[in-house]
Amino acid sequence: MAGEIQVTVITPERTVLKDLACDAVILPVVDGSMGILPLHAPMVAVLRTGILKLKHDGRYEPVAVMGGFAEVSEDRVTILAEAAERAEEIDVLRARAAKERAEARLRSRQENIDRARAEAALQRALVRLKVAGYLAENRRN
Amino acid sequence: MAENKKAILRRRKAVQATQKITRAMKMVAAAKLRRAQDRVLGARPYARELARMLGRLVAAGAGKEHPLLRPREVDDPKVAYVVISADRGLAGSYNVNIIRAAQEALRRETRTVRLITIGRKARDFFVKRGVKPLREWVYLGEEARWPVAKEIVGELMQLYLSGEVDEVRILYTEFINPVTQRPTEIQLLPLPAPAEAEAGSLVDYIYEPSPEAVLERLVPRYVETVFFQTMLEAKASEHGARMTAMGNATDNATELIAKLTLQYNRARQAAITKEISEIVGGAEALK
Repeated sequence: MAGEIQVTVITPERTVLKDLACDAVILPVVDGSMGILPLHAPMVAVLRTGILKLKHDGRYEPVAVMGGFAEVSEDRVTILAEAAERAEEIDVLRARAAKERAEARLRSRQENIDRARAEAALQRALVRLKVAGYLAENRRN
Repeated sequence: MAENKKAILRRRKAVQATQKITRAMKMVAAAKLRRAQDRVLGARPYARELARMLGRLVAAGAGKEHPLLRPREVDDPKVAYVVISADRGLAGSYNVNIIRAAQEALRRETRTVRLITIGRKARDFFVKRGVKPLREWVYLGEEARWPVAKEIVGELMQLYLSGEVDEVRILYTEFINPVTQRPTEIQLLPLPAPAEAEAGSLVDYIYEPSPEAVLERLVPRYVETVFFQTMLEAKASEHGARMTAMGNATDNATELIAKLTLQYNRARQAAITKEISEIVGGAEALK
């Protein structure tokens, strides 16, 4: 056993998970994904809106992460995200509504829409739906 | 005498009705206070970790020049005071205290002042006195929410970065415990860098993609967090103050009801005594 990584995910409003023992962590960093294994060097990374993958009990658990930071040090990974949700916490209906709203705004070709904002909202909704989808797949098994 | 008795009864009924309201308000405030307290505690780990990260970066020498961190040297600097009050009254001295602290701060300030208000009470107070807030937010709800706080603080940062104001200070009520709250003033911008005092903090970190990029995003998040914390504390204080005030009002009502009941019984007894003595007197006269 090469040791474990203790993962903590915190948002401004709550602690999503605390000291979850994982074998590996995949971070959604700004220019792709980054795998973290035990004994990783100390690091602070900027995260994008994406899926954080935590390997424990022989499988990867996806967590929706809305941008933020990750700090790695001494086999601890601390994620500070604007918002983060585990699959079972995601409000699928709300995410779906948000996706449609964002898509409609992007389609509407008006000058006065904030494209960057709509795209960010769309991205968040897609990440949430994807993470929630994993849950549905696992349930079928 | 009968008139007097009726009046006392009517009065007692009125006090009882008021007590029902104050008791309900106290219980509602207590429930909201619990939630608000949980939220204050829930937000602390994030603020703490972020402060640690930022402190380490600043200690490593990054960010001296970050626009949100660097104090500004200008002629005639403008200072924005953000006053956080409640939307509703019946919270004891909560609004009075924070507004008084704001007046005091504004009077002491020698630089040019800009006022920003959060909550109806502070806005109404200053508008009534002819001070028009530069920005105002009202009816933000019974709970401090992150997206709302983010929007407000975003605008504050905008004001600061555009040079419309050169310093931003927050006046809010610090939550000490459910019965004690204290008006407090902090400087939000330029951000006083958090001190990194921890031993072993000199470990070399890899910054991904770069220290500058991390700092670039970290500083605004930290400003948001500091501001969010003040909003959370202000909310918890408001509910605490309201709970205490309504608790006192309920106790006072209980006392008043007891006093009125006593008065009523005395009046009743006096009436009976008088009636008996009249009857006795009448019987005597017939003999």
